[in-house]
This record gives sequence, C-alpha cells and structure tokens, in this order.
Amino acid sequence: MSSLYEEINTPPASDIPVRRVTINVNGEARTANVEPRLLLAHLLRQGFKLTGTHTGCDTTNCGACTVLFDGRPIKSCTMFAVQADGHDVQTVEGLASASELHPLQEGFKQEHALQCGFCTPGMMMAAKALLEENLNPTEDEIRWALSGNLCRCTGYQNIVKAVLWAAEKMRAELN
Amino acid sequence: MSLNEVKIGGMGASRRRVEDNRFIRGKGNYVDDIVLPGMLHMEILRSPVAHARIKSIDTSAAWDMPGVRLVLTGEMMAARNLAWMPTLSYDTAAVLATDKVRFQGQEVCAVIADDPYIAKDACGKIVVDYEILPPIVNPVQAAAPDAVQIRDDKAGQVGNKIFDWEIGDKARTDNAFADADVVSKIELHYPRTHPSPMETCGSLADYDRATGKLTVYLTTQAPHIVRAAVAMVAELPEQNIRIVSPDIGGGFGNKVPIYPGYVVAILASILTEKPVKWIEDKTGNLTSTGFGRDVYLKGEMALRKDGKILGVRMNTISDHGAFFADAQPSKFKIGLMHSAFAAYDIPTAHMFATGYYTNKAPGGVAYRCSFRVTEAMFFQERMVQAAADDLGMDQAEFRRVNFVKDEQHPHRTAFGFLTDSGQYEKCLDIGLEAIGYKNFAAEKAEAAKRGRLLGIGISTMTEPLGAGNSREYDILGIKMFDSAELRIHMSGKAILRTGSRGQGTGHETTWAQIVAHELGIPADDILVEEGDTDTAPFGMGTYASRSTPVAGAAIAMVARKVRAKARKLAAHLLEVSEEDIEWELGRFYVRGNQERGVTIQDCAMAAYSNMPDGMEPGLENVAYYDPPNLTWPFACYIAKVEIDPETGVWDVLQFVAVDDCGVRINPMIVEGQIMGGLTEAYAMANMQYQTYDEEGNIIGGNYMDFLLPTAWETPGFELYEVVTPCPHHPIGAKGVGECATVGGPAAFVNAVMDALKDKGVRNIDMPLMPNRVYEALTTGKDIYGMPPVRSGN
Repeated sequence: MSSLYEEINTPPASDIPVRRVTINVNGEARTANVEPRLLLAHLLRQGFKLTGTHTGCDTTNCGACTVLFDGRPIKSCTMFAVQADGHDVQTVEGLASASELHPLQEGFKQEHALQCGFCTPGMMMAAKALLEENLNPTEDEIRWALSGNLCRCTGYQNIVKAVLWAAEKMRAELN
Repeated sequence: MSLNEVKIGGMGASRRRVEDNRFIRGKGNYVDDIVLPGMLHMEILRSPVAHARIKSIDTSAAWDMPGVRLVLTGEMMAARNLAWMPTLSYDTAAVLATDKVRFQGQEVCAVIADDPYIAKDACGKIVVDYEILPPIVNPVQAAAPDAVQIRDDKAGQVGNKIFDWEIGDKARTDNAFADADVVSKIELHYPRTHPSPMETCGSLADYDRATGKLTVYLTTQAPHIVRAAVAMVAELPEQNIRIVSPDIGGGFGNKVPIYPGYVVAILASILTEKPVKWIEDKTGNLTSTGFGRDVYLKGEMALRKDGKILGVRMNTISDHGAFFADAQPSKFKIGLMHSAFAAYDIPTAHMFATGYYTNKAPGGVAYRCSFRVTEAMFFQERMVQAAADDLGMDQAEFRRVNFVKDEQHPHRTAFGFLTDSGQYEKCLDIGLEAIGYKNFAAEKAEAAKRGRLLGIGISTMTEPLGAGNSREYDILGIKMFDSAELRIHMSGKAILRTGSRGQGTGHETTWAQIVAHELGIPADDILVEEGDTDTAPFGMGTYASRSTPVAGAAIAMVARKVRAKARKLAAHLLEVSEEDIEWELGRFYVRGNQERGVTIQDCAMAAYSNMPDGMEPGLENVAYYDPPNLTWPFACYIAKVEIDPETGVWDVLQFVAVDDCGVRINPMIVEGQIMGGLTEAYAMANMQYQTYDEEGNIIGGNYMDFLLPTAWETPGFELYEVVTPCPHHPIGAKGVGECATVGGPAAFVNAVMDALKDKGVRNIDMPLMPNRVYEALTTGKDIYGMPPVRSGN
C-alpha cells in the first residue's frame, strides 16, 4: 500500500503512522493524510500536484524548492509536511492572478532571467520575500537575498535586473 | 511593402522567449513532473567504496518489505545480458555491478517500490559483502608496475592504460625546437569537475506489453541516440521505442550519455508491466554521472627572440575513471584536444596523449564544451602567458604577433583543422580598450601602495563548434548531421521540428526566428517542437554547441525548400512564369510590378485549395544538413583581479568579454549564454572541482563540498560583440553556447598568475582557492592539484 505519497486521501496501511494536516496553500485550505517523514516539497509536488516547486539537491543548498512559509522563504525539501500543519504556504503557482502575471514573472521574462527554468520558481519566491520587505532594494541587497538559490544557466546578472525591473513596477503601482 | 524583419521576430530580434511563458508560471514539464497511472519508483543502491570485489549480495530483507515490487542485482541483469552496456567510446560500462565495484557511487542494486521512500528504505536493507581492493585515484598510481588491474573483466586488457594516441608532425616539430632561441614550458592539471545541472538525471519508463511499445521520458540532450542505443542494448524493435525528452533542467553535457539508471528502469518496467520512475538524487548525479576534464597537461613552445612561435609540443595524460565513457567522435581518443593553438599561426605541432583507468566515476563528457576543447584552450592560453613572460614580452603584443590574420582564413592549423573566419586583432583591441590596458601599470602601482596585488589576464581563442561534417565526425559510427522538418498550415502558420533538443537554450524562440527570416512568417506564428523521437526527424541532439551550426542550418535549408515550392504556387496565383517572380521578405511579386504580389500566407492557402494541375498538394518539407566544416567563433576575455595577500582571497575588479560568434539570431539569448558560460568559468577557476582522498572517497559529491558560485560572489561581466559571418553557414551563424566556459577560466587564472608574477610562482592548479593562493604567495612555490587529498582537507 502506498504510504500516502501520491494518493494522499486513500486510507493508510495500518502499520504506517499518519497525521492529518491542513495547510493553507496559495490561499486555499488543503488537507492530506501524511506520514510524519514526508517532506513538504514532496507533498506539494506529488500530493497537491503543484510541480512548479522543484527539488534540486535535497540538502537545502540549491533553493529550487523555495516556497514562502508564513511569508518567509524556506526550502521545502528539508521541512516535513507535518511542520506546515496550520501554516500558510505560497508557491510559484500562486504568483499570478487569473488575469495577470506578478511583476516578478514579467520581469524575469523581460530581462531574460531564466534559461532552463528549473531554478526559476525558487528564485522568484525568494525575490518575492525580499520585495515584500524592501520595495527599493540595491543590487547588493538583491544578490544577498538570492544567495541561497543556485542558478547554473544565467550567471545571475539578468536575475538581478529582473528583480530591479519588478521592484520598479511594483513601486509605480503603489503610487 | 517589405516586412520589418525585427518586428516579425526575425533574425537579430531580441525576441522574448516563448518557453518562459510556462516556466515563469511553474508549468514546465520536467521528467519528475510526469505522473503515469500505477507508476512505481526506483532507487539505486550505490557502492560506498571505490574498489572492491563483491563477495555476496543479500536482498531478502528488501524483498520482505511491504510495498517493494522488485529488487534487481547485477546477477539478474546478467541473466538478461544487461549487466554491461557499451559506452560512447567503444568500451563497456557496468549497469549493475556483478564482479567488482570500481568507483564510489557505482550502481550495485535497484529497488522498485510503491513510492520512493519505501524504495530508499529497502536499499538500506540490502547487505553487500565487499572485499576491499586498493583504490587508484590518479594516472601515476594507475601506471605503476604493481598497480592492481581495475578492468580485469576485459579480455586482452593489460594494466590500466586505455590508449596511447598521437597527432601532428613529430620530426618537423623536433626541428623547430632545435632552431628555437627560447623554449618555454608549462605543466598543469585541469581538475575533475562536474557539469552539475540543477535538475539531476532521471527517467520514466513505460512498457506496454499489449502493444509492445516502450515509451521512456528521459533527461537526455540527444533522444534519437538513446533510441538507437536502447534498440541495440535491449534488443527491442526501433519503431516500438519512443524516447521523449521533455523540459530539461540544464544539461551542459551531463545528459548526453546513457546511464545505468535508465537501463534498469526500462527493464523494471518490462518486468513489472508498470511505469517505473527513477529520479537520481544530487549525490548520485555528482558521484556517478559524466564528469568533465581531469587531464594532466604538459607542453613546451619553441620561440624566436622576436616573439614568433616556431612550434609546440603537447603531452596529455587523462584520467577516465572506471570505464572509458567519453562522449566524443569515434576518430579521436582525446576529443578535439588538438584544436589547441588554432588561433595562432604556428608552423608545426605535435601532441602525445595517454589515457588511464582509475577507481573514479566514468565520464569525460564535454562539460559545456566540444569534446575536450576546454582543456585545449586552457592549456593554450596558460602556455601563451608563460611564453610571453619568458620572453619578457607584453602578453597582448605576443598574441598580436602570433595571431592568424583576418586574410589568412581559411587557415590550416598545425594540427590539421581548417578555421573559417575571424577578426582576432579587432576583438583583442576592443577588449584591451574596455579594460583600460594602457593604464594598468599605474593602477597596479597604486594598488601596491594599499598592499594589494593587481593582475590582468587575457584569454583569446577560437574553437571548433558544431560537429560534424560527417566525413570526419561520427558517434559509434552514426554520422554527425542534423535535421529540420517544416510544415506550413493552410492559414500560413507553421510547425517546425528538429533533431536537436533545447535545454534552456531557447530553441523554441530562436528556431522560429530563422524561419521568420527565411519566409517572412511572423515568429509568433511558428510552433517549435523537439525531443519526441516519434515525431521529430532524426538528429544527433544538442551538445558541443552544435544546434545553431547544424540544426540551425537545417532549418534555414528546409525553409528555403518550402520557399521554392511557394514560388511555384505564387507563379500560379499571379499567372506569370516562375522566372518572372521576385521575392522580398514574406512576399512574392511580379518583376517590374512590385504592387502585384502574393504573400507567403496566400501561397500556403493555395497549397491546400488552389494548386496548379499536377502539383503535389501541401507545403512542407524536411532537410538534413551535413555541414562542410565546423564553425569557428572567436573570443577575447580579459579579467582584472585584486589579491589580498593576507588571505589569498582574490576579487574580480572588472571582466570584459568580446565575442564573435558570427551573425546573432537573438542577441538577448546570445548574451545570456555568454554570461552563464562566464559564471561557470569563474566557478572552475575559483571553487568548483571534484577530488578524491587516498581511499577513493569522492570529495565534491554534494553541494556542501562541490561549490557553485551564488549571486553574491559572481562578478559582473561587460559584453562586447564583433560579427564575422560564418562563410559556410547558410545564415552566417557560429556556435556560442560554450565559448565562455572554454575561454573564460584562463582569463581568471592568467590574471591571478600575473598578479603573482614577481613572487616566483608560475602555476597554481585550479581552483584558485584562497588557501592555494596564500600558500603560493608565501612560499613562492607552484601548487599542483593532483589527488589524493588528505581526508577532510
């Protein structure tokens, strides 16, 4: 029997301890029966089918799995799903509204801040956390805020530009 | 009225990328995102030791675990003749170990279970009894007369040597050295490193017994090669094999070879009759899949007093790990190492190459480079700097004296390549101006007052990109060409498919731009599709910067075939003979009467609704392109660094890149490629490498040890361009994706060595970590990076 990895609402085998969790994902309450050792990244990807959160290194280094946990960026590959019970999680899928992209999404496209796209969701989530605290960051502040996210394709220069682009647009929208 | 090419997203437009629309929404479709009903999960048990005989394997406890469906061992693979598989260099590699393990991280068993957690647990229940053998971690140990033989499985193998190979004119080169005023020498190690794409390797194999069809979703840069290999290895009919390469989270050469995990997952799907997914973890990727480099290079240059290079000798000793698995053209044993010095007018050269087995991961992939070109160019530029220093000549001037001149192209190199075009001095001049070369001495003196050491490093090189031509280049006998298929729908929109496979390289965007350039159909009206062997025409895939030089050329050629047919349709619609038709972008018109014309879209509709009598309906075609030569981009990279002598830390003050990759299809994407490549160059020069300890433990098997630069430490890069169109490419383009990774490292290292010139230091092997720089600085001695390192160091 599956240990609730994919079929999150099927009854568990009797010998596997499970816990029911409720997580507010992108503004929607989601529940699942999970094994205590199930990682948050895996619940998001396989359980909730939100595959925009990627797992790159499994060791909290690469940041491809970055999501916002109660608004703060965390690496979901080293947090257990049960730790998220009752908390708020935002993933890349929650960035855009039905009608429009988030300025970071637009900025990343405009400034050619992505190539293979694998690190991109984590990068954008880390950048979102920065911009929520500081809408007028310097280049150094952006580089520091993104230093937990690795990119192998772009060399970061355009990622920094994209965040600046988004910050400018968000400031303009405020005025 | 002629169309504005940039407005329709044609050549030269920095068109924003089509693929971004899904990636920025988190809607990419990577292998691990694909879920099939009833899918099982596979995990691989890897060897914890570098070299050992397998005495026994007990899998019973794993089988007993609930949720485990299958446990595979080497013995079970052997029973199906699948314990070994061919490599891309005519060797064999173990799929699951049977007799011995030959490197740490080697695949020993596989567990297939209901979920990956169970599969991982079950791997932990397998008991393998190993009899430890002495590990060999460098070629010196491998060559020792009493060295244990690693490949005792191979009939006829003596010792650990794989090959001796030579190229060039030895006698003539000996004469050049006899005539030399000065002989300059250098010796270095290009350390082992890893392409390490963010996404690891993985596959999802789905065998359907009812139809006999095998579908494999796979992280591959070359899906058609995989199809051919699976047909050979698994002995399945090729028409029943479908390889799909979905979105690829970075490749850089790492996703060219065929790995044991793919083969085992296929067999597991056949045996369980369920889809089987295998996703490697990062340590699996770093410790078992295709590494790059690991070559010891030694050489000397015969020089005349006035700075003219008379000849070059090179000697390479390469460490291939446990299996000779280099991804390279069949004809060459050490890739295109002999492309070294192609930018310089050197009368004669000779190279001798030797390769060895060691107890390290197999591979030798071209990590963001064309088959060992990176090592060649690094050695070239380190040798050039050493020679200029030995002559007491300015390093820029020394290059200028020896460059192949613009009018000398096509130029036959001393090792036999034929360069196609270039403006080397112009690139150098732009670079020197941008870095402020003239003022450097004053700047250096000023920094010295602050106790800081300043250095400037130049790297200038041309490299061969875009294999083949098919006369000289093949992989396992399959000639290196590529393909494109273009179908114009009746509305004038189109679908284009090629044999290449983008992996972040923007094919879906730029390929449409080539069609827009050739046909005047707006790029937004063209869908580009790649990576599915059931639909894409046969191609050799994407690596070695071959997409634009080969597949890109095929796209231009297929568009021209389509245009030729459209011209006949236009003549029919305009009721004139074909000879009286003129073409301008997107439109045919009657000669002498420009008002009277039809658009390409009109022709498309006519191909389905109003074709002339006797004409085959439809408007589509396919082109296979076999390039006449490789393309030869040129790059000039200059780094200015400052060293803090109290710590050995060096900072990049300025970095200038002048790239001439011919005509740029999408300048934004070209610049993105260059910046990304320079970052990998910086990584290799500064921090990113893999080494081994005395016991054969890999150091650099996870992101704690294998360091990649982040946004924080990566310097900024200033980019400049020169355009020398490729004379033999249909749209004048040359490859560019790897120039920066190939040429970049020498600029950083030359800069640091320039700063240390007065300290008596001639070479520090990469990566130039602060401890190495500090040691060289304080002892005045060279630092040599051959493993083993002491554990924990």
